[in-house]
Amino acid sequence: MTLEIHLRHDFPDFRLEIDLVLPGGLTCLFGRSGSGKTSIVNAVAGLLRPDEARIVLDGSVLNDLPPHRREVGYVFQDARLFPHMTVAENLTYGPRVRRRRVEGMARVVELLGIGGLLSRRPGTLSGGEKQRVAIGRALLAAPRILLMDEPLAALDEARKAEILPYIEALRDETRLPILYVSHALPEVARLATSIAVIEAGRVAAMGPAAEILSDPVTAPLLGLRDAGAVLTARIASHEDDGLTRLETSAGPLWLPHVAGEPGRVVRVRIAAQDVILSRDRPVGLSALNILPGAVVALHEGQGPGVIVRLSLGSEFLLARVTRRSALALGLAPGVAVHAVLKSVAVAQADIGAAASSG
Amino acid sequence: MPDWLSPEAATALMLSLRVSLVATLASLPVGILVAYALARGRFVGHGLLNGLVHLPLILPPVVTGYLLLLTFGRQGWIGASLWDWFGFTFAFRWTGAALAAAVMAFPLLVRAIRLAIEAVDPRLEEAASTLGASRLVVFLTVTLPLILPGIIAGAVLAFAKAMGEFGATITFVANIPGETQTLPTAIYAFLQVPGGDGAALRLVAVSVVVAMVALAVSEGLSRRVARRIAGK
Repeated sequence: MTLEIHLRHDFPDFRLEIDLVLPGGLTCLFGRSGSGKTSIVNAVAGLLRPDEARIVLDGSVLNDLPPHRREVGYVFQDARLFPHMTVAENLTYGPRVRRRRVEGMARVVELLGIGGLLSRRPGTLSGGEKQRVAIGRALLAAPRILLMDEPLAALDEARKAEILPYIEALRDETRLPILYVSHALPEVARLATSIAVIEAGRVAAMGPAAEILSDPVTAPLLGLRDAGAVLTARIASHEDDGLTRLETSAGPLWLPHVAGEPGRVVRVRIAAQDVILSRDRPVGLSALNILPGAVVALHEGQGPGVIVRLSLGSEFLLARVTRRSALALGLAPGVAVHAVLKSVAVAQADIGAAASSG
Repeated sequence: MPDWLSPEAATALMLSLRVSLVATLASLPVGILVAYALARGRFVGHGLLNGLVHLPLILPPVVTGYLLLLTFGRQGWIGASLWDWFGFTFAFRWTGAALAAAVMAFPLLVRAIRLAIEAVDPRLEEAASTLGASRLVVFLTVTLPLILPGIIAGAVLAFAKAMGEFGATITFVANIPGETQTLPTAIYAFLQVPGGDGAALRLVAVSVVVAMVALAVSEGLSRRVARRIAGK
């Protein structure tokens, strides 16, 4: 799958100028609110008619088609379920208006866990349930691509945690390409296989998620406070004291209980500001996780901080330290260091299923 | 018919019901279309259409009736063609009474439906279009069910207005018993003759009952529909 997006549109207050070629998998459009992310997906769906557009999905040109002929599934931030229909009627709306047979209903209902809701009406559902039904409704319209515009933004943390695994399952178990808009980095780090950073109507960076997240140059674009790389890890064992031992390519990692059977592969986001660097392997330290690696690059920002990219085994990690520390430690590309990480610094929300491809 | 109602009065009642029902049902499709155009359309002449629709509300009914006579009378510029080509005329027929009632009730009908359309979240219609529904299908499957309470309210309002229409009717189609004499014009006629008060009063009572029943029916319907579209 490839989706080519070329757009130019003048809004009263800013210009949107986008050139993107997206691979399959789950691509996150990441950026501040007002950066133009939603306009991009609206243009793909046909809800926005830009001044100039060329949108090509697998060789077929979408930009001249009206929305109902584009075959894109769209999950909105507000679920937008039809209030006068039951959940089942909402789910089958797409095939019904296209006069097609409803296909894959049982699978979608099971994937999203909405079997018990079918005869209910949208007004009686919780926010998380509504959003799951909205995802199901978009899937059953048999789209060629799924657009999701901040589908979790209106939900509280508990509801987010309820839905994230379903989106991970969607990413890993269907071959449907997903274009996912978000301004929440933890969510992006958990879900994305590729990331396009959108800033003021333009593409500021684009690439595989692991690269963008661990690139010290793009990290400030993502927000310094939230910057952090993603490590792929395999659950090795659950230990008696409540910790889970994970294997990474750089060595073992102990984290507070991680759900899943041993052998399951997970993605762990490690915030740059939670990583401490040490030249020598520290001893007598309470932090459990000490991973050896080497400095790959340093990036100085405007403030007193430096973002350091480390290679750990076959993956990368970001660490944010002060410029003073960087000088004192003599950090430079090639220097061997140890990354120190407190187990409790990794929140449950930062651990998710790994994409089958990654 | 109960025998306390004179045959003349009974005829006027039945005619009024027929005129009002036909006026309401015939103007509903047009009213929905115009309301949709006014609520959602961005076109040249939007203001003009809006003004035209509301004209009967602000013009003296006699003026509207006279304009109808000029347009749809046997010699009128539309009426003459209708007569020449189809041998059909509104002038001094019950159909003319229905036309007058429909025109007078039209602003009320359109207003209620337009408000209902404006209350529909256009984002629901967008969602429907991304699921494969064309504009017409979106309207039929999403917009129309959601504005049903507004349509019912508008129709009842239009029916009540049609039942009570007097000025335009009497100017356009006169007051011919059995053909164009409706409840209000019959009451007026009874009041013109000595000793007609009793008959007039009975028709007044009938008017009140018809209005109350119409209101009760619409309330019941609206409540049922509203519960359904509230999504509960």
